[in-house]
Formats: sequence, C-alpha cells, structure tokens
Amino acid sequence: MGNGVGAPVGPPDTVSADLAIEARGLVKRFDGTTAVDGVDISVPKGAIYGVLGPNGAGKTTTLRMLLGIIDPDQGYRRVLGTEHPTDIAHRIGYLPEERGLYPAMKAYEAIAFLAALRGVPLAEGRRRARVMLEEYGLGHAAERQIRQLSKGMAQQVQLIGTLIHNPDLVVLDEPFSGLDAINQGRLEQLIRGLAARGATVLFSTHVIAHAERMCDQVAIIAGGKVPFAGPVDVARDRLRPQVRLETRVSDGPWRAALPADARCDIKAQGTAFWYFSLPESGVEPLLRALIEGNAGILSLSIERAGLHDAFVAIAGEAAARALEENREEAEVTGRKSIFGKGRR
Amino acid sequence: MLAERLRAAQVIARRDFVAVVFSKAFIFFLLGPLFPIIVGFFAGMIGASVQHDLDRAVIGIAMPAHQGDQLLAAREALIEHMPGGAPEMAVIERLRPGETFDARAALNNRQLAAVITGTIDAPVLTGTPGRVDEWRGVVGLFAARARASDAAPYPDVRTDVVKTSASHEHNGQVITAQAGQLLLFLLTMLLAGMVLSNLVEEKANKIIEVLAASIPMDALFMGKLFAMLAVSMVGIAVWSTGYGVMVLAGARSIPFLAAPAVGWPAFLGLGFAYFAMAYLLLGSMFLTIGGLANTVREVQTLSMPATMLQLIVFFMASFALARPGSWIEIVAQVFPISSPYAMLAYAAEHRGVMPHVIALAWQGLWVMAIVRGGSMLFRRTVMKSGPARSRRRTAVPA
Repeated sequence: MGNGVGAPVGPPDTVSADLAIEARGLVKRFDGTTAVDGVDISVPKGAIYGVLGPNGAGKTTTLRMLLGIIDPDQGYRRVLGTEHPTDIAHRIGYLPEERGLYPAMKAYEAIAFLAALRGVPLAEGRRRARVMLEEYGLGHAAERQIRQLSKGMAQQVQLIGTLIHNPDLVVLDEPFSGLDAINQGRLEQLIRGLAARGATVLFSTHVIAHAERMCDQVAIIAGGKVPFAGPVDVARDRLRPQVRLETRVSDGPWRAALPADARCDIKAQGTAFWYFSLPESGVEPLLRALIEGNAGILSLSIERAGLHDAFVAIAGEAAARALEENREEAEVTGRKSIFGKGRR
Repeated sequence: MLAERLRAAQVIARRDFVAVVFSKAFIFFLLGPLFPIIVGFFAGMIGASVQHDLDRAVIGIAMPAHQGDQLLAAREALIEHMPGGAPEMAVIERLRPGETFDARAALNNRQLAAVITGTIDAPVLTGTPGRVDEWRGVVGLFAARARASDAAPYPDVRTDVVKTSASHEHNGQVITAQAGQLLLFLLTMLLAGMVLSNLVEEKANKIIEVLAASIPMDALFMGKLFAMLAVSMVGIAVWSTGYGVMVLAGARSIPFLAAPAVGWPAFLGLGFAYFAMAYLLLGSMFLTIGGLANTVREVQTLSMPATMLQLIVFFMASFALARPGSWIEIVAQVFPISSPYAMLAYAAEHRGVMPHVIALAWQGLWVMAIVRGGSMLFRRTVMKSGPARSRRRTAVPA
C-alpha cells in the first residue's frame, strides 16, 4: 500500500496523540473527475465521528483513503499513529457500504474468515463467532449458509465479522442503510457500546438524525469538499438560535424592535406568528419593546438550530435536498428488507 | 511484513481451496479429462472402421495366362523382406492371347485402387496419381522377381545388437522431451484457465472491499494462485492415480520413453517444479487479466486470447526443441512464459542441475513481479468508485 503522502500537503509538524485519525488535504481523482478535493479530518480517540453528506459527495472515497484501500493523489493521512493504514489492519474493523460475504460459507465460518483476515487464528475466530452470534440472537443461524440468511441477518453477520477482532477503530460506511427501524436502534446501541469501551467509531451517513443523535463530531461533506468538521454543537452554533413568537396583535410600534428578516404568519383570529433569528443583542431588549408596545405576547420560544439547519447553512440547499432524497430512497429500501425481499 | 503477507495469503488460499475442492462442481472438474478420452475412444473406433474399409482396396491384375499368378507369387516371396508391407493384390482377369482389357473401366469397381495390365516384362499400372506414384516401384520389383524364376536366395544377415547408440539415445531423449512438454502444456492449459474467473466471485459478492481493507492485494493474488495450484495438484494426483489403476488393471501399458539425461527422479521433480512455475506464471497473468473483468461473460471473452497465448508459448518451446543451440532455443529458455517448457526439454537432453536452479529462480522472480504488478493494477482499477447506485445518480464517486 502506498504511504499516503503526496504534494503539496505533508505531515503536520506536531502529531497529536489524542487523534485516532488525522487527514490533511486529501485529494482523489478518477478519470479526470475530482471525487475528493482537499479533505481535512481529525477524529479524536474514543469519539463517535460522523461523515455526513449525500450520495456522491465523496464519503466512501474518503473512508477508503483513510483505510488505505486506495491511496490519495495528494494529502496526508495518519491512522492510529501510522501513515500505512494497512499495516495496522488488525486494529481496524471496516464495514463497507456494499456488504458482501461468500454465499456458500456458513455464518460462523464467514465470521471466522473475516477474523482470520485480521490476524485472529481460525480456531479462536470460530469460537468467538459462535459466542457473538449467540449474543446477537443469531445463534440459530450459525450453521446456516450465508445464502440461506435474510439480507438483514447477513448484514448482522458481516457486522459481527467487522467487530470480531475487537478493533480499536471501527469504520462503518452507511451502516444504517438497509436496516429496519429495530435493527437501526440496535446498531445505535452497539456503536455507543463500542465508544464506551474506548474504541473510535467513524461512520458515514446521509441521515442527519443518526449523526445528530450519536456523533460527538461530524464532517459535513459535499461535492468532495468538507466545509465543516468539528463538534456537532459547533456546527449548530453556526446558526443563530431561532425565535418563534406569537402575539395577540399583528401590528404596532413594537414591530420596529423585530429583526428585519422576521417572517410573519397572521392567523384568522388576528394573532400573528413571527419567526426570526435571535438578534445579536439577545432577547431582553426585544421583550422590553414587546411589553412596552402592548404586543400581547401569547408565546415565545427560542430554539437552538438543528443539525439539519446547520447542514443547509454549511453545505447549501442543493446538498440538503440530495440528502433528503437519499434518506427517502433508503427508507424504501429499508421497508423492502423488513418484508424479507432481500434474500440472496 | 513478509510473514504477515504469507499469513494473509495462507488465509485466502485455504478459503479458496476448501471452497473449490468441497464443491460439487469439482467432481465434474475431476471427470473432465474422461470426456476427451471417451470422445477419442469413439472417434478412434469410427476412424479404424473407416480405415479398415479403405485398406481393403486392392491392386487388380489383368495379365495374359499365368503371368498374374506369377506376379502374386513374387509378391508372396518378397513380402517377408518388406517391413513396411505391400499392397494387397488379386488377379481379376486371366487374359487369353489377343484379348484386351479396359483398365480404366475396371477402376469403377470400388474395391480396386489400381490395375496392373500389360505383361510382367512390360507392366502397365493404371490408377490415380497418388496411387501410381506410391506403387510403381513395388510393382516393378514384383515384376522383376516374377521374371527371374531362378532368383538367388537372399543371404542370411547376422546381427550384433547393442543396447543403445548415441543417435538412438538422443532421439529417445528428444521424444521424452516432447512428451514432457506436451504433458506440461496439457496440464497447464487444462488448469491455468481456472484462474481467469477467480476474482469475479469476490467482485460479484462484493467482498473485495473487505479483502482490500484487510490484507495487502498481492497477498490476495498469491493466496488465490496457490489455492488454485493446490487444486490442480489434487486433480493431477487423482488423474495419475486413475491412470495407475488402469495400467495395473491391464487396460493399457505405459508408453516407453527413453530415460532423460538428468534421470527419471530428477526429471519428474523438475517436471513438478516447472509445472508449478508454468502454472504460476500463466496463472498470475490470467489472474490480472481476469481481475479486470467484471462479469463471467467478460471472462469468457478473455479466455480465447488467453488460450491462444498458451498455444503460442507451447509452439515456440516445441520449435526451439528441434533447434538446439539456436537463438530461438535461448529465447524460449529466457522468456519467462516459455521458460518452463524449454527447460523441461533441456532436462531431458542435458545433464546438470544448476541451469534449472537458475531457471527456477528466474521464473520465480517473474511470478513475483507479475503478481506485484497485477495486484497494483487491480487495486488501482477495482476500487475506483462507490456503489453503482451512486454512480448512476451522481456520476461522481461516492
């Protein structure tokens, strides 16, 4: 495997021991198309880190570069302290987006094979496979061939195979796609459990809710670029909190205190709803003006921006629309798998 | 690092070996060589029958009075001195004085290949150009014997038999070399093609990405190559055992071959080593080519040029065998793909082990180089983009 070093971005002067993954200026081109264009990512050890973006944004290519499956054309990467990720493959667990196992293999053999690839002796891999299949409620499927399992079960077998060697870093590419709601919940628990035992989890997703619920940090990726990478709270704080105000009357001198971009929705009874970003000066001067102007405050709420709003603000409307389309598409796929249409 | 690569290759080899050998399809693979034998047997029977019919064609004799019988007697007297045999002859007409015979019309009889007319002093042979050219000498010989009624007896030839001669030994070794090359070619052709479709399974099952993330790609290539080599060895062992059983059962005898220059044990050992090298060299090329294919259909398309390549290599090595010391022999020995064939022939004709040690090292080096290059090419092309769904929708890699 390549060393992942290419001009013009080289290794940083100081290497942080707290980072499980550090990538600077990763670039990858395929046949003249730039798939990933200068991606920077820093994943702290023990964190749950999400790579959020629509299909085609460059998520998979970025993960493949981080894992050493492909080498970047430019840029620098360091994974678990080494620039040669394949040298430490035994410390990494990887679940690709396109799941795949040998159909003729029995479930426990398939897991043992994946373990053997990561350096676990075959006998030990078989033993662990049986234990983990029992833990995941799949003990009855241990002796069944992969082709005899439902798509969801096969996916779980592969997930067990990803974790069988107790990796320090777990990389999951779209792990929730194809799973029904129950299994998505189980997977969320599992990911939290991995982080709790000290493993670093990096996963890609096009579902904002997953990233928002689970991640300590996210990288928002769109068009091969990462316009934001950092804590979820920081992403959300990029937007001013949103104010939702309900007044008994819709007009009066107090309106001058509202921000210029406030949107108004007047109801039949004459009451009005106002939506606007919290002004820089805070809520107190606004409240004072509303009270003194007899606006008749019926309700007032201040909501912190969600990750979705942050995504729209950071990546743009088009990327957000693509993300939504991907989510709907995935839901259809997920529903199909619930009804067992994905047997192989 | 090397130990880790070998361990990874062993994991892949074990998986592939078990998957192939314990599959139902492997039974058909083992039975594969039976089909050409069965087809050959029936084709041989039909051919023998046709040949038998053809061989019944005789030379008809239409001569005055007893001259035809004299000619037949001369044939009988001479045939024991003619190891190649003589054509069948039969008197079809004993002509009265002044009677004529239409030889051309007689050839309408399908049993007659040619007709002798005239007299034993001036025989006339009528037939097609090929038959006439073939038989005019022997007809003249028989006629001369028929004319000399008091021909002297042939002298008794004393013999002094030697076990072998340099010429005989060389000719025998050339035949052994040819047989060795042919067997090597047949086995390689039969077995190396399997490697072509080897990576299609991983691509179709989408497990290739997990493999690429877990182990070095050249370890994957090595593992697959050695698995298929081991599968081939199982096949060869089964076929050899089957052949041995047939020989012991008296079905047929082992064809006699002259002892090769290096001796049979060394020759068999070198044959094994050169088969492994020929297999690994061709296999690594086929694995690379097959790795670029995405479907079984593409693999089938690729198999034709692959077979042609094998044939060209074999013909080059065979051609070189007939030209010892020529530049073509050196090229065949040095060119990696033909080297195993040429060197096996060399072992049949020349003593000395050192050239083989060098040749095997050279071939091994090329195996590693092709595997390395092939795995790099595979890695560059196979993980080019994300899933097909994403490509269709966005036209950029996921």
